Amino acid sequence: MDAVKFVQEQNITKKDFPEFQAGDNVEIVYNIVEGGKERPQAFRGDVIKWSGEGATKTFTVRKISHGVGVERIFPINTPNIIEIKVLKRGKVRRSKLYYLRALVGKRAKIKEKRTYK
Amino acid sequence: MNGILGRKVGMTSIYDESGKNVACTVIEAGPCVITQVKTQSSDGYNAIQLGFGDKKEKNTTKPLQGHFAKANSVPKRHVVEFRDFSGEKELGDEILIEDVLLEGDIVNVVGTSKGKGFQGVVKRHGFAGVGDATHGQHNRQRAPGSLGASSYPSKVIKGMRMAGRTGGDRVKLKNLRVLKIHAEQNILVVKGAVPGHKGSLVIIEK
Repeated sequence: MDAVKFVQEQNITKKDFPEFQAGDNVEIVYNIVEGGKERPQAFRGDVIKWSGEGATKTFTVRKISHGVGVERIFPINTPNIIEIKVLKRGKVRRSKLYYLRALVGKRAKIKEKRTYK
Repeated sequence: MNGILGRKVGMTSIYDESGKNVACTVIEAGPCVITQVKTQSSDGYNAIQLGFGDKKEKNTTKPLQGHFAKANSVPKRHVVEFRDFSGEKELGDEILIEDVLLEGDIVNVVGTSKGKGFQGVVKRHGFAGVGDATHGQHNRQRAPGSLGASSYPSKVIKGMRMAGRTGGDRVKLKNLRVLKIHAEQNILVVKGAVPGHKGSLVIIEK
């Protein structure tokens, strides 16, 4: 498997993104192709899971848009992500927050993790 | 026809220039050794024979040991002939990826597909199956159906597609693009899947 790892390492460029985990509220700014042109677009929501290993690692962001749940999977190493902002740290007890899909309104809200000095 | 021998290492995905995620296969290709040069005058056709992958001398028969010794090479596990190899090639020459391929080339890849054992007609020949679970069907959803007419011809015609051993055949996949070549590491990356299990021999033809 070393050759596979080598190919992956040659392909990706490490970017300095802040660390975040399931439950955190993040804003992802990424390039989309629209009408043959590239433009940045932001996607803001809660991270509900991390998946995969190494170069093919992905995370899923969920948001409620006009009352409809929208999820988007981002590979962390894709060259299309420009910026990741961590807006809130969430207080959750599991790594996969699938239970949020069944909840709406205030119940679907993740408590914020507060740190005091 | 140019070509090189290699070992399938595994699959992964990489990003191309436009940022698209492309599935690809990693192949450890070469170095190969020319173990025989056939010419029009001596053999009736032009070809070269490539050897790939070392094997122990004690596991090689005496006649083969002599064959590899002629090319000043250690015994090779796999030996494959390529017809009309372009360029002047000498016995004992080493062939690397760079000598044969460039990034962006279109290649054919030959391998031995994974053995799947005794399989029914749906997997083996792509039959559609019965399609209905109700309306009188009882445990025959994946059955082949009729094998032909009755009293005439009173036999099943030859070549009727039926269940049987599947996989383990020589398969050639055509028109795969070479995405990357890491010459120093003898690594070749082609777009898409390649026949065979990890570690199996693949022949890359151009």
